[in-house]
Amino acid sequence: MSDSIKVILEKCIGCSLCVKACPFAAITIKDKKAIIDLSKCNLCGACKDACKFNAITIIKPQATKVDLSAYKDVWVFVEVERGKINTVSYELLGKARELASDLRSKVVAVLLGHNLEEKIQNLFHRGADKIVAVDKPELDNFISENYANIISHLIKKHKPEVFLAGATTCGRSLVSRIAVTIYTGLTADCTGLHIDKEKRLLVQTRPAFGGNIMAQITSPNHRPQMATVRHKVMPESVEDLKRKGEVVREILDGSFIDNRIKFVNFIQEEISKVNLADADIIVSGGRGIADAKNFKLIGELADVLGGAVGASRATVDAGWIPYSHQVGQTGRTVAPKLYVACGISGQIQHLVGMQSSKIIVAINKDPDAPIFKVANYGLVGDLFTIIPLLIKKFKEVKKV
Amino acid sequence: MKIVVCIKQVPDTTEVRINPETNTLIREGVISIINPFDMYAIEEAVQLKEKFGGETIVITMGPPQADVALREALSMGIDQAILLSDRAFAGSDTWATSYVLAKAIEKIGGVDIVICGKQASDGDTAQVGPGIATHINLPQATYIRKIDSVDLAKKNIRLERLLEDGYEVLEVSMPLLITVVKEINTPRLPSLRGKMRAKSQAITTWGHKDLGLKEESLGLKGSPTQVVKIFTPPPREKGMILEGEPDAMVDKLVGELKKHLI
Repeated sequence: MSDSIKVILEKCIGCSLCVKACPFAAITIKDKKAIIDLSKCNLCGACKDACKFNAITIIKPQATKVDLSAYKDVWVFVEVERGKINTVSYELLGKARELASDLRSKVVAVLLGHNLEEKIQNLFHRGADKIVAVDKPELDNFISENYANIISHLIKKHKPEVFLAGATTCGRSLVSRIAVTIYTGLTADCTGLHIDKEKRLLVQTRPAFGGNIMAQITSPNHRPQMATVRHKVMPESVEDLKRKGEVVREILDGSFIDNRIKFVNFIQEEISKVNLADADIIVSGGRGIADAKNFKLIGELADVLGGAVGASRATVDAGWIPYSHQVGQTGRTVAPKLYVACGISGQIQHLVGMQSSKIIVAINKDPDAPIFKVANYGLVGDLFTIIPLLIKKFKEVKKV
Repeated sequence: MKIVVCIKQVPDTTEVRINPETNTLIREGVISIINPFDMYAIEEAVQLKEKFGGETIVITMGPPQADVALREALSMGIDQAILLSDRAFAGSDTWATSYVLAKAIEKIGGVDIVICGKQASDGDTAQVGPGIATHINLPQATYIRKIDSVDLAKKNIRLERLLEDGYEVLEVSMPLLITVVKEINTPRLPSLRGKMRAKSQAITTWGHKDLGLKEESLGLKGSPTQVVKIFTPPPREKGMILEGEPDAMVDKLVGELKKHLI
């Protein structure tokens, strides 16, 4: 195989700009020339951009013969959770409107499930120009195989240019199946999306390495361009009760249902009123809260703020709170508007799970705790004194 | 029962730090580890074998040095290891990666359960597991926190799948692919005997020819997505650190937060 990345030795002066730019430590300088270790290189092109001498070339795949112009419209997968539309879908509709206006195309919502009429009206109000709906009793519970079979079929039939879904448990399980089935590009967990108007391409921005680096990704030769989008990053579309649109009802037979997988039941775990994934505000407890029973205090503060309860790994491992609350590398990644870390020292494993939060408040008695390095507001002191005061104060503020 | 575990060797994200002056990643001394979620996948495979008998195989796609990760899996009790390594695989996105892993699983043949971690800590996509399942037309059960029961006669498995607000119980027929979360088990430490065995055991390496694959469908050429730019996010603004009287601190904080939240 001809190597897809090359250093042009005549042009390379060994300045080592590429060495600094490489996120994978794949480049070294030997005898004033850059050498790329292909076993580490993932051909991201950071070195090529950094090189001031055009000394690095990357051979990208040639365009396919697929007629890309046959694909139009921006599709949004509507996620329905226990009968209700997940708010991430409204965030996607808001973003889809922006993309569709740059592409001069329509916003189309794809809605699967049973008894959909009310939801159809609601999706028009939230910005859909058109709705492709599949109403079947078997679709009442989300089974990724069934949904993927149907949506893959709809994509082949209607040829959307862009396809968006939430980067939720449901969305991530679903969309990868679709992208593999129709052989197109999929970018996970995007925090930014825009159209490169010149190339008519969707530019997808996403964090990697626990938010330590950001990558921009495109799918130049495949359609639709698919992305899952992180919840709570983009604003919801505004509701307009006067909006109307067109409904396309697809009638499908049972061949799309995969009988190998059966839904048995759902068990809700109600520890806090708001779950982590949907929360605008999260109050988390760490080892500093000293005992399982003190999660009650964390919960009280969360309630006053209308937020959810999070936890550090240490408290989950100690059995103080269920795993579903764990924030961090081996738990959930969250990015709420406000994250309050109580008695959490801020180990890097925790930080990678929450450092993209908009505002971080840290309460810790150790002034050297690493959490203060990422905090917008740090309170050095005893959380057992500070939290009750905070609860009291926020209650007063709420009354006003 | 024949079980395949798919693992990934990743840079230890917790070691990755940003140089505040140049705003670039500091990589000196960053070691490679098994993706944390894959440790639970390995442990679950070993436990299933202990309960139901059979054989366990670990596979990874990566450079030759990824054999370190495979040997660690062997030391925890996995029976066999296969390294999928080929220059033609370089630059694979999740589509192309899941394609190669799927083809390897097909070549192994007769597999009852494929186990993956829910996602890798470097890419965080959670796309490769479902991708593999789709390539070989297996049903999938993602984010599994518990295997309730296995009925070998009926080839049926009952599982608990972690969701945002609780969990759901699913019944899936084998063969199937599952991805697992941390709650499912506690990975064991390798035994001394396991370590000794892992050190000397032969590891099979398969390249694209062994899998009967054409180069056009692999690596960068077979990947629909392309990375066009990589950059470090702007560092967080320096925060306001308050010390002293709790009352004063709380007043100040609430005042500041009101500006942002209302």
